[in-house]
Amino acid sequence: MSPRYQNRIELLQGTLDLLILETLRWGPRHGYGISQAIRTNSGDILQVDTGSLYPALHRLERQKWITADWKVSENKQRVRVYRLTAGGKKQLESERSRWAQLSDAIAGVLNPAKREGEA
Amino acid sequence: MTFSLWNRQKREGELDEELQSHLRMAVEDRTERGETEDEASRAARRELGNVGLIKEVTREMWGGASFEKLIQDVRYGLRMLRKSPGFTAVAILTLALGIGANTALFSVVNGVLFNPLPYPHPEQLVWLAESKPNFATGSISFPNFLDWQKNNQTFTSMSLSRGYSYNLTGLGEAEQLRGRLISSDFFAVLGVNPAMGRSFAPGEDAIGAAPIAMISGGLWKRKFGSSPEILGRSLTLDGKAYTIVGVVPASFELSLGGFHDIDVYVPIGQWGNPLLPKRGAGLGFHGIGRLKPGVSIEQARADMQGVTQGLAAAYPDTDKGIGAGVFSLKQTMVKDLRVFLLVLLAAVGFVLSIACVNVANLMLARSSVRTREFAIRTAMGASRGRLLRQLLTESLLLASTGGTIGLLLAGWGTNVAIAQLPVTLPRAAEIGLDARVLLFTLLITLACGILFGLGPALKSARPNLHDTLKEGGRGGSGSRHRAQGVFVVVEMAMALVLLIAAGLMIRSLTALWNVNPGFDSHNLLTFGVALPPSMSMADPAAIRAALRRVDQELAAVPGVQSVSLSWAATPIASDDEDLFWIEGQPKPASDSEMNMALSYVVEESYLNVMRTPLERGRFFTAQDNENSSRVVVVDDSFRKQYFGEKDPIGRHIFLTNKGGRAEIVGVVAHVKQWGLDSDDKEKLHAQLYFPYMQLPDEAMALSWNGTGVMVRYDPKAPAIGESMRAAIKRISSEHVMSSTQTMDSIISGSLATQQVSLILLGAFAALALGLASSGIYGVISYVVEQRTQEIGVRMALGAKRTDVLRLVLGTGMKMAGIGVAMGLAGAFGLTQLMASLLFGVSATDPLTFTVVAILLTIVALTACSIPARRAMRVDPMVALRYE
Repeated sequence: MSPRYQNRIELLQGTLDLLILETLRWGPRHGYGISQAIRTNSGDILQVDTGSLYPALHRLERQKWITADWKVSENKQRVRVYRLTAGGKKQLESERSRWAQLSDAIAGVLNPAKREGEA
Repeated sequence: MTFSLWNRQKREGELDEELQSHLRMAVEDRTERGETEDEASRAARRELGNVGLIKEVTREMWGGASFEKLIQDVRYGLRMLRKSPGFTAVAILTLALGIGANTALFSVVNGVLFNPLPYPHPEQLVWLAESKPNFATGSISFPNFLDWQKNNQTFTSMSLSRGYSYNLTGLGEAEQLRGRLISSDFFAVLGVNPAMGRSFAPGEDAIGAAPIAMISGGLWKRKFGSSPEILGRSLTLDGKAYTIVGVVPASFELSLGGFHDIDVYVPIGQWGNPLLPKRGAGLGFHGIGRLKPGVSIEQARADMQGVTQGLAAAYPDTDKGIGAGVFSLKQTMVKDLRVFLLVLLAAVGFVLSIACVNVANLMLARSSVRTREFAIRTAMGASRGRLLRQLLTESLLLASTGGTIGLLLAGWGTNVAIAQLPVTLPRAAEIGLDARVLLFTLLITLACGILFGLGPALKSARPNLHDTLKEGGRGGSGSRHRAQGVFVVVEMAMALVLLIAAGLMIRSLTALWNVNPGFDSHNLLTFGVALPPSMSMADPAAIRAALRRVDQELAAVPGVQSVSLSWAATPIASDDEDLFWIEGQPKPASDSEMNMALSYVVEESYLNVMRTPLERGRFFTAQDNENSSRVVVVDDSFRKQYFGEKDPIGRHIFLTNKGGRAEIVGVVAHVKQWGLDSDDKEKLHAQLYFPYMQLPDEAMALSWNGTGVMVRYDPKAPAIGESMRAAIKRISSEHVMSSTQTMDSIISGSLATQQVSLILLGAFAALALGLASSGIYGVISYVVEQRTQEIGVRMALGAKRTDVLRLVLGTGMKMAGIGVAMGLAGAFGLTQLMASLLFGVSATDPLTFTVVAILLTIVALTACSIPARRAMRVDPMVALRYE
């Protein structure tokens, strides 16, 4: 395996899980739909690599945070649709709060003066 | 979570479908945005990326995949191996032979050295002997044994036994039986129960007890058809009727000298030898004891030291200076074979290592052909770990196929091979494939698979994608060349060690065959003759007459040049000792202070038969008989030891067991009684010749039942052994001839360990040499092929053909040189281990080391010269145009 792919997965892992779970909170979606939703909701900034998306989906499925079913789409195509489970919802909560902590922390590091001023 | 194979296949399909639908939706989105079908499809594909890799990585997420991957790897591996049947066959055959030879040798080592003896609590069993001034493991006298038994504190039980040949009559043709005189608890000590009946009860081994016997399972079957009504029947041994009380299990086997193929067991007390009750008599008895639970050999030795010191104080005349030797029974059985077997096991291990290196070389050569395949697989999404696993699976497939065939070969061949060996291996019946051998085979098979698989696999699994795909497989040749170079160096080094080991054995055996035994062993036949059992009661004159008759009959056989009756006068095969003192010196106060000499009882023709040189005086004549005064002849060692530079002729000695005063009439050369290799190591060398017909009456009375015969024959005479047997049978049908052997075969048998070592080490070394030279040939050929253009350029720039030759040979010689240097260093340490197998040559013999190193270098040079010549013939034009 070339190092290029490996690094990307490694870097995105925690974040990508959060993004997928969050996307599924609004209803079941297939893989392509998830990638499109992330892309649109991020204003075309986040483009999820397929080579990261599907391994992540299958891993989340194995962890029982999401489940998958074959459905027929509007275009009469068979698609694999993912849905959030109860466990997935809990996981999403904890990932969200972890992310909030992380981004606060990073913001604090990036703007120490502002923080001091507020205090 | 586990997936069945079927489940996984289904999921595989689903994953495929999922990605396809992803792609389709992406294309649809793009066409809706106004891209052409073509553009959309291309862009979507690019966006999707490497589908193979995505699948590979996604599959990893499923977990529980190892088994499925293994199956896939094995399938693929089998397909690859089938695709190159030549490589596969050579590799499997090489490994099968290597692993087979190792398994066979290990099963021997396991059966002989490692496994416990097949008796209950074998660790408690010890072998017993008397330590005497002249013999570290001398025989135990019957009275001493009885006192040992009574006085010791550390033994549960103790037994005594010796071999004895019986003349069996009354059951078909008279024949000689191998018998054993045993004390009552012989079988109890070993924990062996009779298959039928009973063993001897305490007291039944006493002198004067009723004659009873136990027979072997073999004799029971052969002579009595395994009849269940055997107990209580009578067996006529040496003309005396013995009642059969028990049958020894047919499986009973004791791998000690003299215990082979015993037919009949008789209580010690039945032996009519008048010396039996004498405390000082050395009659060839040795003991086996069982230690009390928890008692160590050291404790038993300390205990026995006390016992023997007590006896020495009580009977100083016979027991002064006599101790007890206590040795582990197992170690006594396998003593000198330990080094022999371990050296061979090491050698065969070397051969397997070389075989592995050769297969690794083949794999490496093949992997360069497969570089493209690996590059494509990588491009298709195979991870490096996956490729590595695939290659290791292939090498393990090769190894396990080779290992299975090797195991079959070993299982079938080991016992066949052992039967062919000129050495009688102790415990041979216990050799087989048990769990430990199977585990050993499994381990070496796995080790081989990893050993020869991992190196090439690591190399191949790191392909330089870009270059390889572009240039079609030239990438990484430099590192391949280096790896091969290392392999060749290792092969050379190991081959050198084996060659040196074989060379040292050749030097040892040459030295041994050049040892002058003191007689001419060629065309010399030896056997035993027993007179009819009716002679057991005959008077000495009648026995002398009967023996002279045997003499005449044998001498008259065509092809016989001279014949001598003998007693303990077959060097190496038999020995007997006499106590004496020299007239003119004070008579020693006790037997234990007497001088001891090897005693050869022979006839006047003995010197002609043996061709031992006479050095002074005369040998015996027909007139040195029962009616004339006693004479003896001594050997050169005797003369030097007891007379120094003085002339022994005309001096007298007193023999304690052969009738007293006798005159020394001659001196003959020393005979290597204890064997060509070990005579110098023994303490007792002085030899004494005594005329057969002058044997005192009591000794003559015993000799009816077995006297030795030495015959010098014409090598052109056909079937001399058969003619001898016919001549004996002509005298009477109750005369029995036994243990016919040529003197050459006795000597050869005494050197069997060295000879087998030479044969096997030689074979292993030859194999190693062949593998190593083919290895260096292959690498140099490859180097020449790779550098054809460079050579062409050099030649175009004016390099001479000799320069090219020097260039190529130089590369080969560098590898050979490093290999030889490493091999010499290795051999320097390793040959020490075989020092005890060597004779007349040091383990680091400079001559052997030098000659073998030169020999190996020449072979390597020859192997390199073939590709070197090819390089010399390179046409610069052709080579350059090819580029």
